[in-house]
Amino acid sequence: MNAVKRIKARTVVLPTKDIDTDQIIPARFLTTTSREGLGESAFYDLRYDKDGREKSDFPLNKSEASGCRILVAGNNFGCGSSREHAPWALLDYGFQAVISTEIADIFRNNALKNSLVPIVVGEQTHQWLVNNPSVEVDINVVDATLTLPDGKTTGFPIDAFAKYCLVEGIDQLGFLQQHLDRIDDFEKARAWKP
Amino acid sequence: MSHTTLFEKVWADHLVVAETPKTPAVLYIDLHIIHEVTTPQAFTVLRQLGLPVRRPDLTLPTMDHSTPTTPVSSFKDLAVVGESAANQIRQMEQNCADFGLDLIGFGNENRGIVHVIGPELGATQPGKTIVCGDSHSSTHGAFGALAFGIGTTEVGHVLATQCLLQRKPRTLAINIDGQVPSGVSAKDIILAIIGEIGVDGGTGHVIEYRGDAIRALDMESRMTICNMSIEAGARAGMIAPDDTTLEYLHGRPRAPQGSDWDGAVTRWKQLRTDDDGEFDKSVTLNAGALQPMVTFGTNPGMVVGINEPVPDGGGDPSFRKALDYMQIESGKPMTDQPVDVVFVGSCTNGRLSDIEEAARVLEGRKVADGVRMLVVPGSQQVKTQAEAKGLDRIIVDAGAEWREAGCSMCIGMNGDTVPQGKLSVSTSNRNFEGRQGIGARTVLASPATAAASAVRGRVADPRTFS
Repeated sequence: MNAVKRIKARTVVLPTKDIDTDQIIPARFLTTTSREGLGESAFYDLRYDKDGREKSDFPLNKSEASGCRILVAGNNFGCGSSREHAPWALLDYGFQAVISTEIADIFRNNALKNSLVPIVVGEQTHQWLVNNPSVEVDINVVDATLTLPDGKTTGFPIDAFAKYCLVEGIDQLGFLQQHLDRIDDFEKARAWKP
Repeated sequence: MSHTTLFEKVWADHLVVAETPKTPAVLYIDLHIIHEVTTPQAFTVLRQLGLPVRRPDLTLPTMDHSTPTTPVSSFKDLAVVGESAANQIRQMEQNCADFGLDLIGFGNENRGIVHVIGPELGATQPGKTIVCGDSHSSTHGAFGALAFGIGTTEVGHVLATQCLLQRKPRTLAINIDGQVPSGVSAKDIILAIIGEIGVDGGTGHVIEYRGDAIRALDMESRMTICNMSIEAGARAGMIAPDDTTLEYLHGRPRAPQGSDWDGAVTRWKQLRTDDDGEFDKSVTLNAGALQPMVTFGTNPGMVVGINEPVPDGGGDPSFRKALDYMQIESGKPMTDQPVDVVFVGSCTNGRLSDIEEAARVLEGRKVADGVRMLVVPGSQQVKTQAEAKGLDRIIVDAGAEWREAGCSMCIGMNGDTVPQGKLSVSTSNRNFEGRQGIGARTVLASPATAAASAVRGRVADPRTFS
């Protein structure tokens, strides 16, 4: 996993609430057996019309969205399925962080395991970001803070272990494997066997 | 233990390493169900690291998402699902062969949707931790298991270590007291719950469904309820095991047998929330006020009673956008809507009782002209049982299609899709934009409502068909 300590980048805003994983990457793209190259499928049905032409009014298709690395989305982003293809697609598209007032549990877990930083902020900060698209913000993962262009800094909640893994680029499987002796003991000692 | 909830008992029983402020818990997993879509990248990691699957005996592999619902007698038949889906299915066979896993594949009479076959085989049991790379894993909570969906990285963790790193979720009690009126099914109950608490009402929580109305439900209805816990954003949904649970499990091939059964029953009877058990949050619904429910928008929380007018959303742009996509006007009931496609099936409503519920409405009637109706059993066993009862004849005579088991039109990965702009009444779990096909408009409903709508050619109240 890549280490992420700081992200200074511009935002793009999708203000819609409850953007689900089927919108982030439609199910027909899940027949892949690889995790590579899914950026092309990200938000596919929102980006393209039925004839495959770019929808000019979709925020990601506007010229000012070029080079944006931070997605600001409406409440309850990433609800729906457990497909890890959703963060894989966003990362491959170029996103490094997602900011919302709420992020769905499974999506958040999947994002953290791939160095996509999920950030939950208060209503006021969120509204400011929605009203001011394409601004450069500064995300400090080590301090768990988000700084807006006017210098206003706000903290965001992040699990201590998840932060440690992000900052150090730690693969959680390695951490689990350190406990293999304990897992052996648990299997031997338990009162019933599944 | 006292002051303890059902969830906390199952959680505590699986702690290999307790959580600390700095590190999550190491939680042992008793059953890992895997399918072709969310596992290939996990097997790739195992190969790269040279790791075996730690517990093939606790891993239950099948194929359901990308599989055709027309019969497969050889791999040549897979041409119908397209090249990449066919490749994914072949890859699953190869992965299971390479890692020594006993795949329930084509030709196996037990194949079916992951969340249908686990219970059917008796592998799903009270007090187990159960995971699968599929968010509807919450289904298995109907047995008093702690069951939740995981991503592919976590699938790799469980394959390699049989454990997951987890933070303890909060608890949410949903009490449904009283008696559910006739003509109202489990699907209506869970849609009403999601309508009440919202699609993020359960985020960060494990739900326990409680109350007389829940106790009165059979196991298949309980599975329908727990299945859609994720649609309220919940990590999992659980129902304490009781005699109904034991009756369902007794004698199933992977359930404990003989004296093991007696021991298991003694243990399972402890699996209930203590009388003084405390939940972080609690919601109560009156069962007597429930009615058939249908969705009108693009998430399962956008739901109304079958005869109630669609609300106006109070100027919320996301709400407006959803109604525009659905081509639905506020102020009118959904019963005015013409229907193009009807789908009965999925891990939510693809069990025998669901097929029976639909068949009761279809018997002696015809699917309306211009409506395509697909009935897809949740497993090959459901298919066999339905055919033994003659339900397939009723379905085919009504003019509907009777298919092989699979996820089918719920997710539209196997070629079973709803055409652009068409309106589908579906017994599945998600009415997200494009879920059933590009531009498809989905109305979620119970099997009875779906069948009634197929006959009428418009969204219909099933109570007028009894």
